[in-house]
Amino acid sequence: MLITCPHCGTRPVEEFTFLGDAKPQRPTSNDPSTMEQWFDYVYLRDNPRGVIDEYAHHSGGCRTWLVVTRNTETHEITGTVLASDYAAKRNEAPKKGARK
Amino acid sequence: MTGFRLSKGGLIDRSKPLNFTFDGTAYSGFQGDTLASALIASGTHLMGRSFKYHRPRGAITAGAAEPNALVELRSGGRKEANTRATMIELYEGLEAKSQNRWPSLRFDIGAVNSLASAMFVAGFYYKTFMWPKSFWEKIYEPLIRKAAGLGTASKEADPDRFEKAYAHCDVLVIGSGPTGLMAALTAARGGADVVLADEGSALGGSLLFDNEEIDGKSGIDWARGVIAELASLKNVTLMPRTTVFGWYDDNVFGAVERVSDHLATPNPYEPQQRYWRIIAKKAVLAAGAEERPIVFGGNDTPGVMTASAMRHYSNRYAAAAGQSVAVFTSTDSGYRTARDLAAHGVFVSAVVDTRAEAKVEGKRLPVLRGRQVAQVKGGKAVSAIELTDHTVISCDAVAMSGGWSPIVNLMCHRGARPVWNDSISGFVPPDVGGAFVAAGSAKGSFLLSDCLREGAAAGTLKGKAPAVPKCRDEAAGVAPFWWVKDFRGKAFVDYQNDVTVKDLPLAAREGYNHIELAKRYTTTGMATDQGKLGNVNAIAILAEATGKTIPEIGTTTFRPFYTPVSFGALAGHSVGHHFQPVRKTPLHEWAEEEGAVFVETGLWMRSSWFPKAGEDWLASASREVLATRNGVGLCDVSTLGKIDIQGPDAGAFLDRLYCNTFSTLAVGKARYGLMLREDGIVFDDGTTSRLAEDHFIMTTTTANAARVMSHIEFCHQALWPDLDVTYASVTEQWAQMAIAGPKSRDTLNRIVDGAALTDENTPYLAARSLTILGGMQARLFRISFSGEHAYELAVPADYGSQVARSLMRAGRDFGIVPYGVEALSMMRVEKGHVAGGELNGTTTAADLGLGKMMSTKKDYIGRMMASREGLTDANRQCVVGIRPVDKGDRLRAGSHLLKRGDTPSMANDQGYISSVAWSPMCGMWLGLALFANGRARIGEVVKVFDGLRNITMDAEICDPVHFDKENRRLNV
Repeated sequence: MLITCPHCGTRPVEEFTFLGDAKPQRPTSNDPSTMEQWFDYVYLRDNPRGVIDEYAHHSGGCRTWLVVTRNTETHEITGTVLASDYAAKRNEAPKKGARK
Repeated sequence: MTGFRLSKGGLIDRSKPLNFTFDGTAYSGFQGDTLASALIASGTHLMGRSFKYHRPRGAITAGAAEPNALVELRSGGRKEANTRATMIELYEGLEAKSQNRWPSLRFDIGAVNSLASAMFVAGFYYKTFMWPKSFWEKIYEPLIRKAAGLGTASKEADPDRFEKAYAHCDVLVIGSGPTGLMAALTAARGGADVVLADEGSALGGSLLFDNEEIDGKSGIDWARGVIAELASLKNVTLMPRTTVFGWYDDNVFGAVERVSDHLATPNPYEPQQRYWRIIAKKAVLAAGAEERPIVFGGNDTPGVMTASAMRHYSNRYAAAAGQSVAVFTSTDSGYRTARDLAAHGVFVSAVVDTRAEAKVEGKRLPVLRGRQVAQVKGGKAVSAIELTDHTVISCDAVAMSGGWSPIVNLMCHRGARPVWNDSISGFVPPDVGGAFVAAGSAKGSFLLSDCLREGAAAGTLKGKAPAVPKCRDEAAGVAPFWWVKDFRGKAFVDYQNDVTVKDLPLAAREGYNHIELAKRYTTTGMATDQGKLGNVNAIAILAEATGKTIPEIGTTTFRPFYTPVSFGALAGHSVGHHFQPVRKTPLHEWAEEEGAVFVETGLWMRSSWFPKAGEDWLASASREVLATRNGVGLCDVSTLGKIDIQGPDAGAFLDRLYCNTFSTLAVGKARYGLMLREDGIVFDDGTTSRLAEDHFIMTTTTANAARVMSHIEFCHQALWPDLDVTYASVTEQWAQMAIAGPKSRDTLNRIVDGAALTDENTPYLAARSLTILGGMQARLFRISFSGEHAYELAVPADYGSQVARSLMRAGRDFGIVPYGVEALSMMRVEKGHVAGGELNGTTTAADLGLGKMMSTKKDYIGRMMASREGLTDANRQCVVGIRPVDKGDRLRAGSHLLKRGDTPSMANDQGYISSVAWSPMCGMWLGLALFANGRARIGEVVKVFDGLRNITMDAEICDPVHFDKENRRLNV
């Protein structure tokens, strides 16, 4: 399997370390009432058949965390973005919604 | 004699005779022979014994699918078991042995299994070895282990080298028969980078043994012309002796090149084998097709082989399988073999065709249409065939042809299933998209003209495919035929596992009617050949037995490897010293000078103790502790992870990483930090210092250095990219050493520049930059793991050993000693400091007695989950000290703790000893333990149970700090 790192270009999968689903978002509150959200974030993962966004660390390369979009059925990789861009975009999203 | 060398023809070099031995007997063959062809030419068909019944067996193929002729090749460290005699190229001095027989191949005691074959039916193991239960470990398992496997592995190291290599190409062509050559030629002429790989010893595929006519030339001459053109092109890499064994994601192919297998020993600087990773933009499967055996009685007798194999032996190797050959066929291939043999002057005694009618030319051949062979007569050799109508025809070899199976394996390695095709009575490859296409007989197209045309099309990357040369097409008719219903004797479906035609219906009757279950129950399709010959017959027989169609039954799963790959090739260079890199600290040279004994910790070599003459580790480490606690000691701590963290948000970032607060840390100060995982369990600890408002230096444990670095990268990039912070691992940039003991400051003062160190300018937990030895930049931290008045000095890595030597000179008057990790461990247990045994992935901050460090004023990794009920339960096992009641007793790490009077059981378990060390200061063995509700039970006497050594003793639970509870020594 080959992954195209935004910094390093197309590299073999062995250079990367996977961390799993990137979708769960770390809750921001420490209020005890949010425990369920925390539990979901830490433990619950979907196992989708089809497209999934996954964290991959280019640990044998530039050491950047990436979000790789992969099809679990075909292993086709349709996109790679920096995890920082992915997070920044996601952290921004609710603010936009609030404005509406 | 049942076989002989034809007087002329073949691709062998008769001017180069080669001597070899098989089971100690001397034979000879020619350059260009395989071991199998040389044995057949010498009249020897008997090459092995079968797995279960120890039946005599010979080569049934002339290629990679061979299930029978497996031998042990070479000897000593070069010995290789289960090698296929059909693939071994003959070389001078070759040495091979037969397998799975005792005392000899001709007389094998194990063959009595055959007499008891009514017992050895499918599922025999599952049915027989169920009872009595107590027999399993002592009797059944050793018995089965002894019987399992064919050859034996060498116990000596392989003296040869293996290597790994990478290739990238536009087009990878797998197989170099007419299809593959045409594909490679077309792609190469179009300018593409081409790799042409073939598992055979020479390129040419079926053109090496089938008489064809292409472009007005013989097939082999046409092939030679194409190969010469390919070899002359810079954009083509020819790879004979290379098996493409697997297809992986993104058109990555695995291949093994048998660089030196055809030689007695590799040439200088050459590996035995080379393991390739080939990344291809497009790949063409031109692997051809495998001829199927027919299932009838005695179809495993040495001398019975597929029709194409017999052709292969006679046409390529000039080796006739017999002097009088019978053919049993349901295809036109059988006729082709009969004609070729007759042309070589071999007597063809009969062509028994299951088909009542066939279009194929049978002139001048003794054809018997619409007839079937019931059995082969003879045991270790063929003497005759008997038809179902009891006609007996004498012969000394039998060719059989039950149809063709396209070699679809590679195309199914990523999960797609092959598709049944009625018109060829075989499975054809699935459509897996344009990046990997099949052509020619691998696709089920058996006419030569189709092979050339499809090869050219597959090799065309742009525009129209070129015209292909004219050729003569041979008849390729096939009528599906699987097994002879009126067979007599034993009829084998899967040769390698001795699966007979009776086993599959039995499996179906017993409920194992799914092909994947039937495979495991009967073992059909298992072992080194993975059913390359037998699977389709097995599927057809199972279909009949269950009243289903063949496509309904389907195939088992195809997985890499296509053929067995040696461990040597997989390991490559990663053996012995090269298995993993060795990390040496900047102080390694100094430690060697001081006589250190090193211990591997991960990749690191750490100085473990520094023995003087006559000292064992315990004496040495004890002396090092006493000298340090009474004077001064020097210890290499360079392996600790060091991470430089800078930026305006560095403090805020550390607050989120650690459970305690760092943004409030004063510049020039160090603080012990505890990091949790997001699930609330302790992850790592270490000292982090603030060198400037926006500059921290973090230390981690040796074991977690890389993990903490990845964690920091994740937390910043994936969680909080808005924080303005940067970080870099500087573990390798700094040599770090601990100087500990009441004389540590006096020692340091002899090497620091400028003002001497005092409690005022360097108080406990100070962290400062300074220069030493006349201008060398250094960092000094007044921190202590030993519990002594101590410092850690960091200098640029290249100066590490030099500075350590200077410190040894500076401390000579104070009796300075080097100390290693054993002494370090003794001192930390004396002081009750937690380390790997306690930070073991199950403990919380509170379990470690560090609960108060957890801030309630900020969010940090692990905060919420650490507050869960289960992680705050008072009955959790927490860190306590433990000491034996009888001072002479030796505690052992891993021992379990029980209430006195309780018997050892999981229910009674109260905890266990996590760390143990001899304490030179207390004069006894001390430990740290994880003990249920431990802090409330200080003073309790417990039973220590060491189940491994079967030792029990009494011990007292105590405070984890065994020595200098008041920490007076920090400021001595």
